[in-house]
Amino acid sequence: MKLGKVIGTLVPAVVYEGLEGVPFLWVQPLSPQLDPKGKPVVCADGTRMAGPGELVTFEASREAALTLDPWFVPVDHAVVGIVDTHRIEDIDKKGKKK
Amino acid sequence: MKIGRIIGEVTSTINHPAYDNRKQLIVDLLTSSGESSGDYLIALDLVGAGSGETVLILDEGNSARQILNMENAPIRSVIAGIIDQIN
Repeated sequence: MKLGKVIGTLVPAVVYEGLEGVPFLWVQPLSPQLDPKGKPVVCADGTRMAGPGELVTFEASREAALTLDPWFVPVDHAVVGIVDTHRIEDIDKKGKKK
Repeated sequence: MKIGRIIGEVTSTINHPAYDNRKQLIVDLLTSSGESSGDYLIALDLVGAGSGETVLILDEGNSARQILNMENAPIRSVIAGIIDQIN
């Protein structure tokens, strides 16, 4: 699971069976410090509630398909949660707080 | 399995039901020499780990689902141990 920011929505005209009605979102992957990291990906929205601007957690590969019902669908990234709070501590190499 | 250091935490109320009541920790992945590898992941905590601790991470979906006893949970990474020492 990684952190991401929803940067847009996407509406497919024709989808494979099982994906009807599933919202699709553009998600920019983020680093733990919330800096953009890597290229944006299209995620199926397993929560069905995420929208642009929101901080979310997303899962990749087979686990992504498991967020949906029916789960045996061709999906490789999916939003699994909308982040309420996010806390990062400044920790040195020995595991101590700076 | 991988090793990592806990650097933070994420909370959410709107999430897949499999994540309900589970702690989601942000883990900085480490190399074998204990340096940060530059990558990270968010893993579910099963052992009561906390900030700054070096942990053992299981990053494989089928094993994670077996441990959690949830057949169709969209969960891949779980924290399976707290590391005291690495030689």
